[in-house]
Amino acid sequence: MNIAELQTYGYVAAMGILVVVSYGYIYHLYTKRKDADGRDYEEYGDLALKDDITDTPISAMSKK
Amino acid sequence: MENRFKDRPLEYDYSVTKLFMWATIVLGIVGMLVGVIIAWELAFPAVNTMFGSAIAEYTNFSRLRPLHTNAVAYGFTLSGVWASWYYIGQRVLKVSMAESKFLMFIGKAHFYIYAVAVVGVVVSLLLGYTTSKEYAELEWPMDIGIVVIWVLWGISIAGLIGIRREKAIYISIWYFIATFLAIAMLYIFNDMEIPTYFASGGIGNWFHSVSMYSGSNDAMVQWWFGHNAVAFVFTTPIIALIYYFLPKESGQAVYSYKLSLLSFWGLMFVYLWAGGHHVLYSTVPDWVQTMGSVFSIVLILPSWGSAINMLLTMKGEWQQVASSPLIKFMVLGSTFYMFSTLEGPVQAIKSVNAIAHFTDWIVGHVHDGVLGWVAFMIIAALYHMAPRVFKREIYSKSLMSTQFWIQTLGIVLYFTSMWIAGITQGMMWRAHDEFGNLAYSFIDTVTVLHPYYTLRAIGGTLYLIGFIMFAYNIFKTMSARPVEEDELVNASPMGA
Repeated sequence: MNIAELQTYGYVAAMGILVVVSYGYIYHLYTKRKDADGRDYEEYGDLALKDDITDTPISAMSKK
Repeated sequence: MENRFKDRPLEYDYSVTKLFMWATIVLGIVGMLVGVIIAWELAFPAVNTMFGSAIAEYTNFSRLRPLHTNAVAYGFTLSGVWASWYYIGQRVLKVSMAESKFLMFIGKAHFYIYAVAVVGVVVSLLLGYTTSKEYAELEWPMDIGIVVIWVLWGISIAGLIGIRREKAIYISIWYFIATFLAIAMLYIFNDMEIPTYFASGGIGNWFHSVSMYSGSNDAMVQWWFGHNAVAFVFTTPIIALIYYFLPKESGQAVYSYKLSLLSFWGLMFVYLWAGGHHVLYSTVPDWVQTMGSVFSIVLILPSWGSAINMLLTMKGEWQQVASSPLIKFMVLGSTFYMFSTLEGPVQAIKSVNAIAHFTDWIVGHVHDGVLGWVAFMIIAALYHMAPRVFKREIYSKSLMSTQFWIQTLGIVLYFTSMWIAGITQGMMWRAHDEFGNLAYSFIDTVTVLHPYYTLRAIGGTLYLIGFIMFAYNIFKTMSARPVEEDELVNASPMGA
């Protein structure tokens, strides 16, 4: 197998993997709906709306 | 950090935002004015020597063109992006610049070193010092200055994130981070250059350099950079702006946060491979060309993901488009983003590119993107920020509305004339008789294109007039009616 053939197989394999990864990500987002903190992704839309310095953070940094 | 300001209420500090807002306006006027001058030069060549042949060296098209592109891309656009970063960054991370003397120093150093670099860029380009790489014309001493500015911005991003109160990082910040990282990588690799004076032991100017790559390799690196300069100066930071300013101004949370995440990763992966479409039918390997075409088509998906997300954010609130000129700017901006990200992939299809390559259609495509999407979003961003930064209402709503329609007309004249000019040009270059002899000489195309070049110059002039109205409106805002804090929650207060 020469380098050009290797490139071709590599290209096809990479495309396949990336399609699986990206559809997997879509599936993950829309079935789990929540991130690792257990918070619904859509709540983060409020980050732009409730952005006064006195507003309560959507998810506050933990105090040390 | 929590108790440091307990004696007085903590506020966001917009001093660096203000500095960059002024830079946006000044560099916008300069960049667009130069653009308008060179558009008239193309239509009427006598304009090249309008100020006399003695200084024609400084006023001709070829000397001014890089000044136009640098001033609007790295001057106007980046200033608008940075003004917005120093505004949005504080707000969505819920931390004030006033809380860190260090970050305030970095922010101000960022602005003042940038201001000095701007002078250096204008002077060196006017004097004709250039590496001859499109959109990367600056010689090596300037390149080092740009790296310093970029690193300062990076420190500012990392610093604000480091002291944030809000753990979750809003999607706009993701886009700012992507802009920072991608441009850093692109800039370093494309600007690998050898100072000729030092390498040759003292021949030529000390500030001159040549690219480390040669021939086709140089072309490939250049257009990997060139296209991604479009991606990461004209796209990702502008998406950062619209993801914040449209929800905030309309009072509607982004339609789908999940879609915003998906589009982000899609855009990040796909964009970096699309640059090959700039070198179709050239001496680069065929697979690079095919890859450039294929990825350009795929790019429609993440681009439209963001744009549709923005339009759907207005769901149930479309009356705001009619009532608020500020929302008009943003909705038209995302519409032009959709339009431009469909037009680009179409041009990247090899058979279409055979007609489009090197023609004015490409110039038209760039300008419907930058005038309709980039500049409209930056204008909207400044209009939204001005009442909050100056604590005064926007001076005039009707002036803003008039500006919107004048500029929209300008954009339409610009891209329609360039479509016709470009396709005419492409067809004439290819036309031949039954023996294969070319049917037209170059000057035939120039004669035919003259009316379209004139229309384009008129379109550009209208856009510039609108921009001057914008500058006046912002300037007058500083003396407009003071506003209460509760007027600034969502829709921006505007005078008649």
